[in-house]
Amino acid sequence: MNPDTMNPDKRFVRESMIPPAPPPRRISGPLARIRATLFPDLANGLVTLAILAALVWLVPAAFRFLVVEAVWTGASGEACRPEVVGHPVGACWAFIGDKINYLAYGSYPTAERWRPNLFFGLLAFGVAWMLWLGAPKRTWGAVYLFLVVPVLAYVLLAGAPALGLVSVATALWGGLLVTVVVSGVGIVAALPLGILLALGRRSDWPVVRILCIGFIEFWRGVPLITVLFMANVMLPLFLPGDLTVDRLVRPLVGIALFASAYMAEVVRGGLQAIPAGQRQAALALGLTPFQATRAVVLPQALKIVVPGIVNTLIGLFKDTTLVAIVGLADFVRVLEAARADPRWSAPAVPVTAYVFAALFYFAVCFGMARYAGFIERRLAAGAVR
Amino acid sequence: MPDPRTPLRWRALAVQALLILALAALAYLAASNAAQKLARQGIVAGFGFLGRPAGFDIGQSLIPYAAATATYLDAFLVGLLNTLLVSGLAIGIATGLGFAVGIARRAENPLLRAFAAAYVELFRNLPLLLQLLVWYVAVRVALPPASDPAALGQAAFLSQRGLFLPRPDFWGSAAAVPLAFGIGLAAVWLLVQARGRAVALGKKPGPVLSLSALLCLGLPALAWIGLALAGHPVPVAWPVRGPYDIEGGLAVRPEFAALLIGLSTYSAAFIAEIVRAGLDSVAQGQREAAAALSLSRAQALRLVVLPQAMRVIVPPLTSQYLNITKNSSLAVLIGYPDLVHVFMGTVLNQTNQAVEVVSLTMAVYLTLSLVTALVMNRYNARVAGSRA
Amino acid sequence: MRVVRPQAALPPKAALPPKAALLLGLALLVPLPASAEPAPAERTLAQVKARGHLVCGVSPGVAGFSVPDGQGRWTGLDVDFCRALAAAIFDDPQAVRFIPQSSAARFTALQSGEIDVLARNTTWTLSRDTAAMNFPAITFYDGQGFLVRKSLGITAVKGLDRATICLQQGTTTELNLADWFRTRGLTYRVVTFANSEQTLGAYESGRCDAYSTDQSSLYGERLKTAHPDEHVILEEAISKEPFAPGVRQGDDQWRDLVAWTHYAMLDAEEAGIGQANVARMRDDAPSPDVRRILGLEGAYGERLGLTADWVFRIVRHVGNYGDSFARNLGDATPLKIPRGRNALWNQGGLQYGPPIR
Repeated sequence: MNPDTMNPDKRFVRESMIPPAPPPRRISGPLARIRATLFPDLANGLVTLAILAALVWLVPAAFRFLVVEAVWTGASGEACRPEVVGHPVGACWAFIGDKINYLAYGSYPTAERWRPNLFFGLLAFGVAWMLWLGAPKRTWGAVYLFLVVPVLAYVLLAGAPALGLVSVATALWGGLLVTVVVSGVGIVAALPLGILLALGRRSDWPVVRILCIGFIEFWRGVPLITVLFMANVMLPLFLPGDLTVDRLVRPLVGIALFASAYMAEVVRGGLQAIPAGQRQAALALGLTPFQATRAVVLPQALKIVVPGIVNTLIGLFKDTTLVAIVGLADFVRVLEAARADPRWSAPAVPVTAYVFAALFYFAVCFGMARYAGFIERRLAAGAVR
Repeated sequence: MPDPRTPLRWRALAVQALLILALAALAYLAASNAAQKLARQGIVAGFGFLGRPAGFDIGQSLIPYAAATATYLDAFLVGLLNTLLVSGLAIGIATGLGFAVGIARRAENPLLRAFAAAYVELFRNLPLLLQLLVWYVAVRVALPPASDPAALGQAAFLSQRGLFLPRPDFWGSAAAVPLAFGIGLAAVWLLVQARGRAVALGKKPGPVLSLSALLCLGLPALAWIGLALAGHPVPVAWPVRGPYDIEGGLAVRPEFAALLIGLSTYSAAFIAEIVRAGLDSVAQGQREAAAALSLSRAQALRLVVLPQAMRVIVPPLTSQYLNITKNSSLAVLIGYPDLVHVFMGTVLNQTNQAVEVVSLTMAVYLTLSLVTALVMNRYNARVAGSRA
Repeated sequence: MRVVRPQAALPPKAALPPKAALLLGLALLVPLPASAEPAPAERTLAQVKARGHLVCGVSPGVAGFSVPDGQGRWTGLDVDFCRALAAAIFDDPQAVRFIPQSSAARFTALQSGEIDVLARNTTWTLSRDTAAMNFPAITFYDGQGFLVRKSLGITAVKGLDRATICLQQGTTTELNLADWFRTRGLTYRVVTFANSEQTLGAYESGRCDAYSTDQSSLYGERLKTAHPDEHVILEEAISKEPFAPGVRQGDDQWRDLVAWTHYAMLDAEEAGIGQANVARMRDDAPSPDVRRILGLEGAYGERLGLTADWVFRIVRHVGNYGDSFARNLGDATPLKIPRGRNALWNQGGLQYGPPIR
């Protein structure tokens, strides 16, 4: 109870009746409903009108840009110049069409491009296996995705002369391939590391706990760019002798460490949500602490953090664009390089490049976010039952 | 709580000791490798290089900086201040925009709700780096070329090279103007305190907003006029046309503008989601009770819902503020000389003092993170405490 | 004395395989067994011969110097230099593998034995020469220059007083610029970017009046603008950037071979021996000079550990310096880089090949 209300000086008692408010306006029928929700008062009405005006202007303009006035075929920037085409030019999709292979594989040798294709296929299969909740043997799916695919991917993409696969220097990798590899390695390395760190952070052993907290908070406290710079310039310094680290691997190490710290916090949230009774019951059944964690606590915790993991993956996927700053040819960098091609110099080309990148990232991230939301609702429904 | 199975205790100790040993050995190994390689490259370890002359120019600086006289430490400070400037402003703008969008997501008007949702989804699901690239191009395309700037008389100019405004110089006697502004702020603070007491006593509070504005703007204006009348007018550097560019005055560069816009709009989408979650956490009954007390919707929001929502909003808002500070380092891409750009880019390349430069930069961000967290934790304690 | 890893024990690419190195990094740099046996460094030629091909570090993509095409075939002046080396050793210009090197990793790659020679636009400076490697010969004389709009009507760098200049950060470019303007009492404003796409984009959109970097790169950058003929590269350079191939220290035989490969291409040009006429010249050598160059007289190639016809091989497969310049940089190419400082010494340039005698 607020002591103020006990103070007679501060008490407020209304002594006269206030006039009754008018009855609420009757809301029935579509027109009245629109009026009540869209135009209840002047300010709201103005907002509604402003948004409607923006829509009326924006939607046809976007449609015109993306479809009607877009140029779909052509071999060079000439095809996308308004003075050549004879009408205002929207998106220059011919440019994307011409560069699509470069955007997907970078400078990966043409004859070997079936290898990244196979890699994408293997990855898509594994991802579908994991995402489809009703799929059979999802444990094996996890093994496939986290152990088999990385090994296969390495052999496939880097090459293994012993198996008849020509080596392809990582400097030639580019575009979507690099973006997928960087975010894939990030998540594959970050998940196990993150779980270990999250468990370590809750450890009874002070040394382990402090080390894990220090590790997690350090990576979460610094920007990813500084981590990438660090991996680039300091990793080679720390290695013995004249060992060098591949220039693709250096940012990968940085991203893996960085992502594992965020992943650890996600997993920790899951661990905290599991009631202590679960662990105590497991110990009472005679399980060792390790068994209790592995067989009882962790499976439950991991299940509820799936949305969190997907959200981390979205963040990671967006963050991979930063590797462009340390010189890797990721999707955005390749797109920037493609639009600088003098053969395709036309005013519509840069806009098209950015619109295409935006559509691509939006589709992927929005899709993943929707999936995370779907899982979240499903879990919530399970909890209610 | 001590583990009841005491026999295992020595094992825990042993394992932990081993862990420390292993890490120490690893650190020693890495350090000795690094020392060996640095020695081979002829690099002297330590922060002595900060005192050496920098010799390069920086496009934008809050403090006087000249390549001829500046040291690497000066370059570091320029970068740090630029980082603080852009993150501070972005935090302010993103908070305002984020709250507006977050509240709009729970508005009665379905169109407004959809609009706010579209904003959040669009900005949240695109990489910040891509957004910055687009903003930087957009800013340049939208502005007139340097040869033909848009001018407001002879006082202000706007072109691809930036927005040029007159810059008052507040050194010497002119310091009275910022001083007056400070006094105004202090007066406003007292006013707000007094108003709180008046409300608690059930009295009708006086007008606050207009009085605050009057104090904050009127006092400095008075000081300005007073100085002019006293024969010590505030010196003002006016922008003038040069052979290539507008020169002098206060210049707001397009790199800065693009970074500020990009950072603010991106972060606002995340803040909007935080605000929405905060609003959702307040029980519906609270709004209904407020409506029953004949508070308007705006009043209910301001006096009843938001204060309660703040308890849920503040902790994640803290990490958003940290994210803004960290994300400002993307400046390196669009040419705004922030800390990472100047120090980890140019200085690192020129000195090759990789260990020192990287650790110093990281230490700055860790400190900023720590300070932001501390400040917000104290605010959080106040907000959470007021519930008692 | 620095420890050099035994070369023969290394695969052609000494970098760790990505995954292995990743695990290594994740384990927070577990100590590796350091192979500490110091091998004598003067083995490069023997190793190259045993391996059957040359491994050459090049720039990942500078127009005219080293660019891969869609099929991964490399072309350019630096690439031609590597091919000339391969031709001299193996009589086969294709017996060379190109490994793109970033500017940060190039020196370690050379020291670790990942590459035999670094033919990447690397400026020869004292600190690099003493610290990391040797620079046998200057293959291209470059300097920091300026790309400006023709419409500005500027002919000298002085005209850029009070202008805004776009730069790509991370090289000596920023220092050179500051020094040059400061010593002349001129001022300028600078905007620096992390990569060249952004730098060029800013310059082209009108954010800057000039774009400054090595002149050799500016010609390529100009080509990327929407209207290359509206931009001009100022002739004046504000710094000395001698590009030289790099080799490991302590291997004199290899160093001589690399140096004389370049000189042979210069001498061939000076003597009028080109790719087009080399076969005819050998059959009917007009002068003792030409006879010595083409290995018809004396045993000069053997002194380098090669065969007598080494220059003939180089010129037949790759051409002389002028051939290579014209093919990659000259007026017949879109770059149209003038020969300028890189003309032969007797034609007003700086390229001077010591005599093969």
